[in-house]
Amino acid sequence: MELKVLGQDNAAPQGGCSSGTCGSSEDGMGHLPDQVRQKVHNHPCYSEEAHHFYARMHVAVAPACNIQCHYCNRKYDCANESRPGVVSELLSPDQAAKKVLAVASEIPQMTVLGVAGPGDPLANPERTFATFREIYAKAPDIKLCLSTNGLALPDHVDEIEALKVDHVTITINCVDPEVGAKIYPWVFWNNRRIKGAKGAKILIERQQKGLEMLIERGILVKVNSVLIPGVNDEHLKEVSRIVKAKGAFLHNVMPLIAEAEHGTFYGVMGQRGPSKQELSDLQDACAGDMNMMRHCRQCRADAVGLLGEDRGQEFTLDKIEAMDIDYQAAMTKRANVHAGIEAHRDALRAEKELAEMQETLLAPIGTPPARIAVTTKGGGVINEHFGHAKEFLVYEASPEGIRFIGPRKVENAYCVGPDVCPDGAEKGTVLDAILDSLSDCSAVVSAKVGIEPWSQLEAAGITPNGAYAMDLIEDAVKGMYGDLVDQGWSAKDLHVQAAG
Amino acid sequence: MALSIIESCVNCYACEPLCPSQAISLSTSSAGQHFLIDGNKCTECDGDYADPQCAAICPIEGAILNAAGEAINPSGSLTGIPPFKMAQAMAEIQAR
Repeated sequence: MELKVLGQDNAAPQGGCSSGTCGSSEDGMGHLPDQVRQKVHNHPCYSEEAHHFYARMHVAVAPACNIQCHYCNRKYDCANESRPGVVSELLSPDQAAKKVLAVASEIPQMTVLGVAGPGDPLANPERTFATFREIYAKAPDIKLCLSTNGLALPDHVDEIEALKVDHVTITINCVDPEVGAKIYPWVFWNNRRIKGAKGAKILIERQQKGLEMLIERGILVKVNSVLIPGVNDEHLKEVSRIVKAKGAFLHNVMPLIAEAEHGTFYGVMGQRGPSKQELSDLQDACAGDMNMMRHCRQCRADAVGLLGEDRGQEFTLDKIEAMDIDYQAAMTKRANVHAGIEAHRDALRAEKELAEMQETLLAPIGTPPARIAVTTKGGGVINEHFGHAKEFLVYEASPEGIRFIGPRKVENAYCVGPDVCPDGAEKGTVLDAILDSLSDCSAVVSAKVGIEPWSQLEAAGITPNGAYAMDLIEDAVKGMYGDLVDQGWSAKDLHVQAAG
Repeated sequence: MALSIIESCVNCYACEPLCPSQAISLSTSSAGQHFLIDGNKCTECDGDYADPQCAAICPIEGAILNAAGEAINPSGSLTGIPPFKMAQAMAEIQAR
């Protein structure tokens, strides 16, 4: 019972994104091993990117609960409310399976079926697992997941594994019984109602044991936490650290929903929920420890559709009864739709990669490389006048970057002294030697270039430049390359030059 | 000697599988469908458990009565919400 819809518009399946986290194509899964990424690739709740494309549904088959949380009111039957633990219609396992098949036919983007309540799925093991067995038999292409408070989890790990339920969410709000006593007034354990910290301690131990058992068997575990200001806000950093160390792949910190109208302890007692800033700060603080899930919509326990929308009203029992479902045909349709979605995602990803690459490119792909000579007295900057240089450093710039080709030494600098430039024939000879040594270069970048050599360089097809004086050589070369490209320079054949 | 479930039951099914006497079933009373206890079968779990199981798991205050007709889980005992606080909140909401 962890997810809730914020936007309740029964919109088209293009998705009801309204949060600022939408619109990013990052799935935030970069740190995960490939096999985990593969598993969550088309799960809308776990992959932020996937949630734009794939739909989920919850079936409300699990009404009973074995604990009480202060943010929950078990008088859950209200069609106007949209929050975890709330459903309009309780289903039998048979009805649930029929609903799943109907939705999977009508909404081919559906990839995931979850049992999340309205109570606790594992406090209703017969109903929950009967539902899973039927769907596993009839619709093996649908991923199964469940969400639990963890109290009964260690008892059911075998069955979870047998039915190939590979995603389990455990709601863990604390690892300290004293904190737990402020969240859980009681748990039902070994045929007794156990109140206060004693009950919370049992719950915490069972949650941690269940988490460890699932991880041992390679079942993906996400941890949900409800952020309750003044109760567990600081404490959740420790929760995050512990569950990550044990192998949970995702931690989802959600804001407390508490209104007096809900009749919950927190609602009636005036416990406030966190501000957006408090939530985001805590998510940031925990993110250092592990991947955070920021696109969660806290759906209700019978939500249907893409995250951010709920099409549950299209699939009430009477409407399902009237539907004629050809599941084999639907499976084929689903496979086609999923292939289309994947092709679309691949194209988007390629487009994004290209855009990213182009951002770092010095010039459009296909632009020919250019050699650029620079003059320096040292310090890695352009600080030598052209006329004083007896050495030119030649770089080659291409769209992908720059590389150093080598130094070119000349016998004489163009000027023989700081203020003495050669005259007549001698001057011509010196410059010719320089031009010759730079013949493969398209530009020469110096702190300053005099008027006479300037025109000679231009005549030789080498663009002189004094605009990058005191810049870092690397920046100057990149800048010069950009200038050449902008000016539409005529590229030199570097193979011929190199061979020559 | 028998407990009873009254119409404030929310049909959460939690009690039904726990009953050692199979005394609980979903039935229709004048108030509509909800779980009821068969007074002829109910033993109040005597000899089976220390606490009557239905009352030990029921999340709804006041929904299960003892043989004397008193709520086993009176108002405030399960949620921790003091009754006056709940009354105050409900009055505020109704006044809107």
